[in-house]
Amino acid sequence: MSHASNGAPTVITPPKVAERIFKRQGNPEKEDYREQLFELEAKGELEVIRVPEPYVEVETKFGRKKKIPLEHTWHHKSCGQCGHIPGYPTSIFWLHRQFGFDYFDPKDQTSCTAWNYYASSTSNPPAQASIAVRNFSQAHVDGYFPFIHCGTSYGHYKETRDQIIHFPKLREQVRRIMDRLNMPFAFPEEIVHYSEWLHVMRDRIAERKVLDLSNVTVSVHPACHYHKLIPEDAIYNDDIYNGQRTSVVTGIAQALGAKVADYSNWHDCCGFGFSHILVNRDFSRSFAAIRKIERMKEEANPDLVLAHDTGCLTTLDKSQFATRAHNRKVGIPVMSDVQFAALAMGAHPYKVCQLHWHGVDNKPLLEKMGIDHEKAWAEFEEQAEKIKSGETQFMTWEEADA
Amino acid sequence: MSIYRDAKYADVAPAEKLRLFNEVKADFRWHHVLYGCYECGICTASCPSARFYDFSPRVFAQIMAREDIDSFYELLNDVMWSCSQCFSCTRCPRHNSPGGIITIMREVAVNNGLDSAKEALKAYSRIIYKVMSTGTQVAPDMLQPDFFPDWGPDVKRVSENLDVWRRAIPPDTLHTTELAWDVSDKTRLQLYMIFKLTGNLEMIENIDEGIYMILEEVMESLMDEKDLDIDDFENILEGEEEAEH
Ligand code: SF4
Ligand code: SF4
Repeated sequence: MSHASNGAPTVITPPKVAERIFKRQGNPEKEDYREQLFELEAKGELEVIRVPEPYVEVETKFGRKKKIPLEHTWHHKSCGQCGHIPGYPTSIFWLHRQFGFDYFDPKDQTSCTAWNYYASSTSNPPAQASIAVRNFSQAHVDGYFPFIHCGTSYGHYKETRDQIIHFPKLREQVRRIMDRLNMPFAFPEEIVHYSEWLHVMRDRIAERKVLDLSNVTVSVHPACHYHKLIPEDAIYNDDIYNGQRTSVVTGIAQALGAKVADYSNWHDCCGFGFSHILVNRDFSRSFAAIRKIERMKEEANPDLVLAHDTGCLTTLDKSQFATRAHNRKVGIPVMSDVQFAALAMGAHPYKVCQLHWHGVDNKPLLEKMGIDHEKAWAEFEEQAEKIKSGETQFMTWEEADA
Repeated sequence: MSIYRDAKYADVAPAEKLRLFNEVKADFRWHHVLYGCYECGICTASCPSARFYDFSPRVFAQIMAREDIDSFYELLNDVMWSCSQCFSCTRCPRHNSPGGIITIMREVAVNNGLDSAKEALKAYSRIIYKVMSTGTQVAPDMLQPDFFPDWGPDVKRVSENLDVWRRAIPPDTLHTTELAWDVSDKTRLQLYMIFKLTGNLEMIENIDEGIYMILEEVMESLMDEKDLDIDDFENILEGEEEAEH
């Protein structure tokens, strides 16, 4: 403890969360990996997949301009989202369809397998890099630009990019493997996360908003692997937290007219931990509930937590049931920024946003958003009944929009 | 001498500890994950695992920078698997990545078939099988109430309605229950070939022979079906590794 000149101990009171001031300082020099990729291409070492037009340029953490494509995107799904939160990819596709954007949902895609790698280390850099390049090259062969749904894939692919640029031996190993697979060695000019697309689309989405969200308070949990792992090409914007924090997720929430409430543990991880969520769930649960959700509840009392990665969504949502039994202050619905944006534009809460897969009761929130969830559920059940009875095999996009 | 008062593994030969330590240091990423350590503790302050386990990223940076092989061996065999690999510790002012140090250490533990790695991954094998044979990890049919009782009654509701609810998702690729999304056979095989060509299957064999055998059997019969020559896909990186050592 420090002491004032009269010898009395100085008590330092930290500023209240709401009074925090954010101010962006200078931009550190960073290497330009994009230039390096083009240099490798000029030497004939690989092929760079160009960001297709139309694209929007945005600023990254240290001031570089990043191109975000609007369409012609190849949707690299996440190994986790489709199991627990199918409304997350579905909402991404739904929004693309609403804007009439050309996109491709491939079957010739594996996950980045980074979840397994971070959980178990039963892989190695040549394999991880080859998996990345195989997916990217497949996108290129299909004539589309890779568009990453998952925060971890986004971060891991950037680690891979770093290794491919800096380690000629690894590059050579990947090339030999691609040759064996009869695939080209293609790498995208930018690695783009869906939240970045949502960010650049935020005003266009807000224009088509059908709900009044001004009485909805959200707190934001950004994915570690989005803004901490190879952070330099994550999007930052002077208008959001004065450029001191990534602007994705927060930006769309603000554009839609919701209130974003800050809390002191914004920077903390959700507690997912890769293998932990499956085999050490007490850890994931404790961290998510005590360190994240309770802090949000105490300091911001939000109606909703917005996240943008499958692991974070799962951990924050599913961890609340058991902790409630211990009288912890939990009970906040969790969804992705894209599900929230789709709801705002009038997407069906169950047929499109698939909210029935989520754990925390989100009905009070839906009521606050002006959504008749009882009617919506009856409509979903009607569709499900048709599938059950064999009248139809699947729900189509047309039925989801009806 | 280990920094730990209750030092374990005194019976393990220093040469063995050094061998494993040198394997970590020989990794091509080594010089990008550790530049020295201020001992400031910023990494530990942001570390989720440090909150709930007897675990500190700072200790990893310090021990590795000091080349303290006894303490290294303890980290390798005890707390290493507590790391969440969130990389919150990359806010290190020295540009270290304690999480990255741990990634390399874990790979060394797996490659050497250490008991600690086998133990840490025991409950995880099924996932390894799923991801290595399909490239998708969390399949909807894993949502079973007996496996996730702490996730509440909704898990039961989902599992009871799984088939119908999956077919009531509009994108075609999501109608599966055994996979996160529909992956073509061609892609599954390419993934398997990558694992074979890069020596990943041997890593699995080191950790869990049972899973390795099932994986080989399932994937090789798929290769057979597609008229692909299995022997044609042996680890192509192996020769060069051997030549280097
Ligand atoms: S990567 Fe591991 S050591 Fe680093 S902050 Fe996350 S849990 Fe802690
Ligand atoms: S690793 Fe970095 S953040 Fe952690 S104690 Fe050392 S210098 Fe500080």
